[in-house]
Amino acid sequence: MPDAGVAPAGSVAHKLASIEAVEQGLASVGYIPSRQISTAVYLAQHLEKPILVEGPAGVGKTELAKSVAAFLDLTLIRMQCYEGLDESKALYEWKYGKQLLYTQILKDKIGDVIGATESLPAALTKLHAFGDIFFSEQFLEPRPLLRALQQPGGAVLLIDEIDKSDQEFEAFLLEILSDYQVTIPEIGSIHALQTPIVMLTSNSTRDLGDALKRRCLHLHIGFPDAKLEGRIIESRVPGIETSLRRELVAFVQQLRTLDLKKVPSVSETIDWARVLVLLHAAALDTDMVHDTLNVLLKFEADIEVANKQLATLTQKARQEAGLPG
Amino acid sequence: MTVASEPLRQFLQAARSVGIRVSAAEGIDAARAVQVVGYADRTVLKDTLGLVLAKTPDEKNLFDECFDLYFRRDQLAQDEEPGTNPQAPVITPGGFGGEGMGGGGGRSLSQMLLDDDRAGLSAAMEEAARESGIQNIRFFTQKNLYARRILDRMGLRQVERDMEAKRREGDQATADRLENRVEALRDQARDLVERNLLLFARGETEKFREELLKSARLSNLERRDLDRMRILVRAMAKRLAARYAKTRRRRLRGQLDVRRTMRRNMGWGGVPFVTVWKQKRIEKPRVMVLCDVSGSVAAMAQFLLMFLYALNEALKDIRSFAFASSLMEVSDILESEPIEAAIARIMQAIGFGSSNYGNSLADFEDGWERYVSNKTTIIILGDARGNRTDPRTDIVQRLSQRAKRIIWLNPEYRSAWGTGDSDMFRYAPYCNVVTVCNTLRHLERVVTDLLKDAA
Repeated sequence: MPDAGVAPAGSVAHKLASIEAVEQGLASVGYIPSRQISTAVYLAQHLEKPILVEGPAGVGKTELAKSVAAFLDLTLIRMQCYEGLDESKALYEWKYGKQLLYTQILKDKIGDVIGATESLPAALTKLHAFGDIFFSEQFLEPRPLLRALQQPGGAVLLIDEIDKSDQEFEAFLLEILSDYQVTIPEIGSIHALQTPIVMLTSNSTRDLGDALKRRCLHLHIGFPDAKLEGRIIESRVPGIETSLRRELVAFVQQLRTLDLKKVPSVSETIDWARVLVLLHAAALDTDMVHDTLNVLLKFEADIEVANKQLATLTQKARQEAGLPG
Repeated sequence: MTVASEPLRQFLQAARSVGIRVSAAEGIDAARAVQVVGYADRTVLKDTLGLVLAKTPDEKNLFDECFDLYFRRDQLAQDEEPGTNPQAPVITPGGFGGEGMGGGGGRSLSQMLLDDDRAGLSAAMEEAARESGIQNIRFFTQKNLYARRILDRMGLRQVERDMEAKRREGDQATADRLENRVEALRDQARDLVERNLLLFARGETEKFREELLKSARLSNLERRDLDRMRILVRAMAKRLAARYAKTRRRRLRGQLDVRRTMRRNMGWGGVPFVTVWKQKRIEKPRVMVLCDVSGSVAAMAQFLLMFLYALNEALKDIRSFAFASSLMEVSDILESEPIEAAIARIMQAIGFGSSNYGNSLADFEDGWERYVSNKTTIIILGDARGNRTDPRTDIVQRLSQRAKRIIWLNPEYRSAWGTGDSDMFRYAPYCNVVTVCNTLRHLERVVTDLLKDAA
């Protein structure tokens, strides 16, 4: 990185100076983005908008956030959503224990503070002068969302699987997503020190509200085409031979066109590539594929469907990879 | 605030008319985004606008189509002006407008035609199209009108006069050349109008059709409309589900839930920092649907079932039964297969017999009466024409005592009830609601009431 000495904020801006820079930067940390993905990251920074990433499982939605954090050298703050997730777990909580403990400790001190006064109103006035010491930031337990706002130098906030959370929580997120601030009744609004890069992922188990979608850039990551997938494998499984890589990518691409319950996604392709490398495979052959198919397909019924056509699939994969059948 | 440039504004309008929902705020976002990335690289522009505007996979597809259609029209203009002036974006339709207009200065249309100045011509045409208000085109019948308006604005009359003059001068060759070019120009104009019609009018006609479909009798639907109907039903159901699926508990303010308050505050020694109020649970409705699948009622049954199954977020439990001369439970079929295939299978199993309400009701009572509780809503869909068999109203009476309510939906108009073999009025006393239901609108109303009462 050319400007290691510059302030972190400057370097983030520098790293995201153009779409090409984003593309190369992500590639340098091992994430091969499509053009759309890098455009989205670029725009997210320049428009200060969160990215809502949708797509089937295993195409690298979460991985994208991790890679962006690694590339920009920012802290990744991850919040996994689930049913019943609420403010106290996502935003902040008061440290009740500490508050109680401190009140106990300070009990004796109270005499010294108000000892000299005679009437109750006078004592109260004296107490008021101390302000809301127990509801100040010292007693605030920041949860992921607040942490992301308070992170000096910015952060990458990953709100994972937002579709698993309740609709109420989605509505609660709106303030943070559009203004990068949260309101804590006892303290007031807290603004982000540095606008974090926010990514939300969704597997579309339920439809998200329009209000949320409207505030986000909507990035749909589908399955990559053969060329991109080849590059991804190349970057993730460096030990693999070119011919095998082409072959296995062609194979997986064909598999995706079959009528399967769950089609293999990129993460499965990577796993499979690793398995094949471990087994010292030089090329795909029917038996080998047959034995390792369970890495790619996770349902018995799917494996059966694929097994029936295994010979033709491997044959075709060889042809498409430009190898002699 | 950023002001959307003219081409972007028009594109947004086009995007809306193909059915992408673009709010004003999204329009502003789009303008800001375009400012950041610029117009120079079209793929980047497409990705950018796609990220900002299209929010579902369906919308992404629509968007791609719309973008290609919209930005294809100025490819000629782009060749002409290689982005020298950043203020006049390359893609501006008619970016160098006015230049080739028939009136005043600049070159006349005839000159441009003779020189075969394609860029100038297409720019002039875009300009003329914009002035003639082409984005207001709605129906294909307007195609000729707009094509003529565009040509008039470009100054076709003048060309015709020029042609006449040339002929009189004896310059037959030039006149012929001009005539050929004018012919080509006409085709081009028609082409342009065609594209704009696709771009701007499709949404409108679709909306019109959808409105029609919503109030069309479901039994009269044509096959080609079925798909569209299915989409409509799903959209309606989704809207209703979203509205009624969330409220599951209503807080009763002022009634302290002592047990839960103590539990909640155990952490700090029972001092009640946090109060918990009593809540009222809102039950999602449990529904049992009995559908007559004989004859004309079948079409209605299909949509009712489709509607209810699309609603499953908002309903607790749904069991469905189909009957003609006898009754069977079809819940499993409906849950295991896509609705179209399921309906076909059900029809195969029992459909198309003559209906026997008494028999079917007896079947229901024998097999499933014990599952009917005071939380169950029974929906019966049928024309109540039992071919003069015993209507067995006694069963409906017994069911009405057990169930929360019985809703009878009859696809026939009220005037036909009780005529011939219709037993509608005999069943009616035991039903909480008896209503005509033969269009999508009726269906929506019934289902809304069903959900509303439960909330």
